[in-house]
Amino acid sequence: MKITRKEVEHVARLARLELTEEEKELFTGQLDGILAYVDKLNELNTDGIVPTSHAVPMENAFRDDLVLPSIGIENALANAPDRSENFFRVPKVIE
Amino acid sequence: MKYQVVIGLEVHVQLLTNTKIFCGCSTRFGSEPNSQTCPVCLGLPGALPVLNKKVVEFAIRAGLATNCSITPRSTFARKNYFYPDLPKGYQISQFDLPICVGGRLDIEVDGETKPIGITRIHMEEDAGKLVHLDTMEAGEKSYVDLNRACTPLLEVVSEPDMRSADEAVAYLKKLHQIVTYLGICDGNMEEGSFRCDANVSLMPVGSDTFGTRAELKNINSFRFVKQAIEYEIERQADILDEGGKVVQETRLFDPASGATRSMRGKEEAHDYRYFPDPDLVPIVVDAEWIEAVRKALPELPDAKRTRYQDELGLPEYDAEVLAASRDIADYFDACVALYPQAKPVSNWVMGELLRALKEDNREIADCPVTPGLLTEMLKLVENGTISGKIAKTVFDEMYKTGKDPAKIVEEKGLVQVSDSGAIEKIIDEILAADPDKVADYRGGKEKLFGFFVGQIMKASKGKANPALVNEILLAKLKG
Ligand SMILES: [Zn+2]
Repeated sequence: MKITRKEVEHVARLARLELTEEEKELFTGQLDGILAYVDKLNELNTDGIVPTSHAVPMENAFRDDLVLPSIGIENALANAPDRSENFFRVPKVIE
Repeated sequence: MKYQVVIGLEVHVQLLTNTKIFCGCSTRFGSEPNSQTCPVCLGLPGALPVLNKKVVEFAIRAGLATNCSITPRSTFARKNYFYPDLPKGYQISQFDLPICVGGRLDIEVDGETKPIGITRIHMEEDAGKLVHLDTMEAGEKSYVDLNRACTPLLEVVSEPDMRSADEAVAYLKKLHQIVTYLGICDGNMEEGSFRCDANVSLMPVGSDTFGTRAELKNINSFRFVKQAIEYEIERQADILDEGGKVVQETRLFDPASGATRSMRGKEEAHDYRYFPDPDLVPIVVDAEWIEAVRKALPELPDAKRTRYQDELGLPEYDAEVLAASRDIADYFDACVALYPQAKPVSNWVMGELLRALKEDNREIADCPVTPGLLTEMLKLVENGTISGKIAKTVFDEMYKTGKDPAKIVEEKGLVQVSDSGAIEKIIDEILAADPDKVADYRGGKEKLFGFFVGQIMKASKGKANPALVNEILLAKLKG
């Protein structure tokens, strides 16, 4: 067992997921299985191989600093669950 | 017990680009909420961020100006956390391969130069803005404006090398000066273009083991930085003196009370689970690119100060004042290019010019007296057309009207009287009007000389050539 129930709870909390006891049990086993599977890669000797961050061998995809039209306030707010005037409205955030 | 404070600073520098870091939306400040947004900066699924090349160039500029090495191949990473001003649920930042590493800034405190290490400079996007309006269901809701989301930032992280609030302020001022000189940031702290977080901890004097630190946020002026750090030193010293332990936490500075207070509940958010952003390909900066940026760097404040002293022969104080901001230095340089006498130019820029601008609350870039006008006026003083005293009148008039100094002199009849016959006549009248004082002078009260000069200048409405006045007056009084 590599993944503990505690880790599942921690990750669920970070992802703002509420899990039932059954789900926690289920996911602990499943995540553990996935990790064990991926662990196979550790059997390969990767000495001297640079870690890959991207699958595509590409670099320096830039754009110039030129203003393009924005989509407009109404479009921006079209999918908002809640709005007020031209703002997104969300539950009160306390700082 | 006596404690040594240890300070490291993280500064967020908002870059002066036209567009956001990963999309073409404008970065203009103060627009209607959510008017400068698109699928990329709204974090809509499927939108593809594309890096603004100018951001990389600005980052390289900052790196070179702070003695960093530029990372040949750097990458973006996702910093994962939830907050309503962060629409994607992650911030695109840099993690293990930031664009610049291992730099240094030299600060001066109490006449001593001290190097402060710069750990790294990385590029990232800003979050949106949470707005709390009194008028809108106060206390119930927060309001989100995403115009600022995706605005390009550099985060400049220092080593924990500072040992007093004054050193922290000196470092911050130096960095502020450099980024504004480089033209990559407007430096406006009130609008949040230059923001500072401070990591502050204490250790017993003589120890070299750092204590637990608190991270101070919301310190958006040089004065607040000093206040916040000094408050924090006292707070932590009290805790340690009572045998307590400083808690590692984020604390918010409250400018109204000058105190810092704990931001509870943000602790768990520190598990950011960084991973490389698959949407953004690596940035490769070769030697050629670095050289091109280096060649285009402006003369930086330290170099300017040195040049003003060594080549132009200005006193240290003048060099300091003139090099303090790029705008003032540019103005001064433009003047000296037109009229290569540094000290008179410096006297006028530091004196009348800055005073007038300050009274008017105006920037030097908007000064009605251009370098061309100021130096024309200095030439009129040099060739004897006007006296230094009259020049002040001419200056005020130029400042008010933007008119050519020669024209002002002509219109107002301010030409200096260098006709010795005319001056003699005035002197004769003044001396004749006060025979007692003349007798006193001749009896040994030499201080009266100044009195006569004053009377003569007054009678000539300030136009008499002062050198001639002195000469003729002296001759006459000697009899
Ligand atoms: Zn956008």
